[in-house]
Amino acid sequence: MKHLISTRDLTREQAISLLDTTADMLEVRGRDVKKLPTLRGKTVANVFFEDSTRTRLSFEAAALALSADVSTFTAAGSSVSKGESLKDTLQTLEAMGADFVVLRHAHSGVAETVANSGWIDAHVINAGDGTHEHPTQALLDTFTMRSRLRGADARGSGLDGIDVTIVGDILHSRVARSNVWLLNTLGARVTLVAPKTLIPADVSAWGVSTALTLDDALESNPDVVMTLRIQKERMTSGFFPSESEYSRFWGMTTQRLARLKDSTIVMHPGPMNRGLEIAGAVADSPQSTVTEQVANGVAARMAVLYTLTGAES
Amino acid sequence: MTSILIRGAQRFGTESVDILVDDGVIAEVGVVTGTADRTIDAAGLVALPGLVDLHTHLREPGGEGAETILSGSRAAAAGGFTAVHAMANTSPVADTATVVERVFDRGIEAGFVEVRPIGAVTRNLDGEQLADIGAMAASRARVTVFSDDGKCIGDSLLMRRALEYVATFGGVIAQHAQDPRLTLGAQMNEGGVSAELGLGGWPRVAEDSIIARDVLLAESVGARLHVCHLSTAGAVDVVRWAKKRGIAVTAEVTPHHLLLTDESVRGYSPLFKVNPPLRTADDVEAVRAGVADGTIDIVATDHAPHSAATKDCTWSDAAFGMVGLESALSIVQATLVDTGHVTWQDVSRLLSVTPAAIGQVAGYNAPLTVGTPANITLVDPAHRGVWGTDRLAGGSRNTPFSGIELPGRVVSTIFRGTETVIDGVVVDEVRTS
Repeated sequence: MKHLISTRDLTREQAISLLDTTADMLEVRGRDVKKLPTLRGKTVANVFFEDSTRTRLSFEAAALALSADVSTFTAAGSSVSKGESLKDTLQTLEAMGADFVVLRHAHSGVAETVANSGWIDAHVINAGDGTHEHPTQALLDTFTMRSRLRGADARGSGLDGIDVTIVGDILHSRVARSNVWLLNTLGARVTLVAPKTLIPADVSAWGVSTALTLDDALESNPDVVMTLRIQKERMTSGFFPSESEYSRFWGMTTQRLARLKDSTIVMHPGPMNRGLEIAGAVADSPQSTVTEQVANGVAARMAVLYTLTGAES
Repeated sequence: MTSILIRGAQRFGTESVDILVDDGVIAEVGVVTGTADRTIDAAGLVALPGLVDLHTHLREPGGEGAETILSGSRAAAAGGFTAVHAMANTSPVADTATVVERVFDRGIEAGFVEVRPIGAVTRNLDGEQLADIGAMAASRARVTVFSDDGKCIGDSLLMRRALEYVATFGGVIAQHAQDPRLTLGAQMNEGGVSAELGLGGWPRVAEDSIIARDVLLAESVGARLHVCHLSTAGAVDVVRWAKKRGIAVTAEVTPHHLLLTDESVRGYSPLFKVNPPLRTADDVEAVRAGVADGTIDIVATDHAPHSAATKDCTWSDAAFGMVGLESALSIVQATLVDTGHVTWQDVSRLLSVTPAAIGQVAGYNAPLTVGTPANITLVDPAHRGVWGTDRLAGGSRNTPFSGIELPGRVVSTIFRGTETVIDGVVVDEVRTS
């Protein structure tokens, strides 16, 4: 594995190995000396054409924890605003010595194009491309599920038989796509919940069930409810009428939490709109994994960097 | 002028005839006993009338980095064309007599094909105010086809007026059917593939609904309508219904919509980014059937050259469009002739007689008969080859067919009695005496 572009490219063995490596990295993070020397002398370039402070900081922390040098490039105020092409920008960064390019872009497919176009030789890690994929988010999410639901027996296992409900703006969500492919690979059952305006026209090939309201989906007592961030501008473009209506039919409210079994976990990739897609009390409840996801995110990204480095030898 | 004797060509793919070209016209057809300055051994070759493209982007003026009238004319000749209609979305837009006359004159200077300018329907393609339609019709370029191609005339009232006004001058509107609101942010066909790739979906209904509106408008005002690059099964149904009802509508399909599907977009190669988008296998079957039953009147290339910079980039940064003049006949053979949908006689109609009739291009109504202008294309249908950019003769390289084995090869193109392609190679320059 040279690049990580899509969770769809991962075999079950590769996926489980990445989750197990994430557990190892989490253990490293708990030590007195929180660093490994794996990437000493290597440079990780975080190339963010779209703002995402938390993902960028998470990748930076992961790279530093593996002793890499880190350079960060963000589009605002850069040569991009002077009209330089993406190809030229990336070749410039590689010429400065980037071994890994962690790439975030507002447009779908950019990471795949960069990895396959021959423009650069560096490892490419997709840190979110448009409405396509966000594979490290799916790795940290599935790792979080596995840890919570399998506990001490987690190592080496998939998510076979686990019921996962994903609710929200599926149409525009790279988090949902990456999770669907990875959850399928790991043996989980996935239900997608959204109004018809926010689910793609054809998901027949996705290997998932769909439901129209969150109440319908919760009747099957899922093990995981993953809420997605809703962009407020969807209201003005006719995808749904108002915050209150969204919250009423698709919000993870305290009433809905009360209906779930105690072992069900509630997830959110952040940043949250409290009171819209997830109630504040739900986000702060013991069943919420929101902060755990953030901590696991650093470990998952370390695991990805570590695994791709191994591909060199 | 040099006289040319074509020996033993299969006229329309059927009977073997000799064709004598003299003084720019077809002088004899049948068994020719005399000799000529040049003799072409056409054994095994199919003789077609020179092909006529109703939908070509030559990019000049304004886009000479991608194509010029000369380079596009050479690409056309390579593909067996002797006439092309140059779309209006240049810079400046072809919305005045001055611009269309310039394009027309440059076509004559190039000399490889007849370049027929298409005029814009609305000023600067803004979809707000009519362009100088009468002035373009009355100009030296004698514009008969008007189109805002690249943009749809979305406003129903303006479309009604445009149909009426163009009909006043005996022309036809070629509509790019794409509801602008239904395709906000659209990047590819809406369906299973767009769902996976996370690219903005381009629903079929955005095309079908505009065509349905337009055929009813054309009927209500008694105007002719031409539908550009129809790409969906639903659009075929709408046009079939309209024709049954007696509405004066004609429709075109592009070679790429006859062959490729949205599955090609996986991998995000900008070579497959095109407007209208590549659809599904069901749509491909429907447009082929539409050609076979006469619902679709013509094949037109929508030849859309783009410089390397606008295709060697990410999907979202890339321009829409693919070149198609050089490959058109091979794609038609692969998708329609070799599949049994149509005969070579039909190809002559689809790629020459009918597009010439829609564009009112003289000299194409009695193909390959004595006394008509010598516009002739000789094709080797037995040829098989892997398509590649080495087969291109224009200014840009953005073909989507590289690596595909395709049948057929244009061996010879004769434009008004002068060879523009000899043994499959475009001549350096056209010498007319």
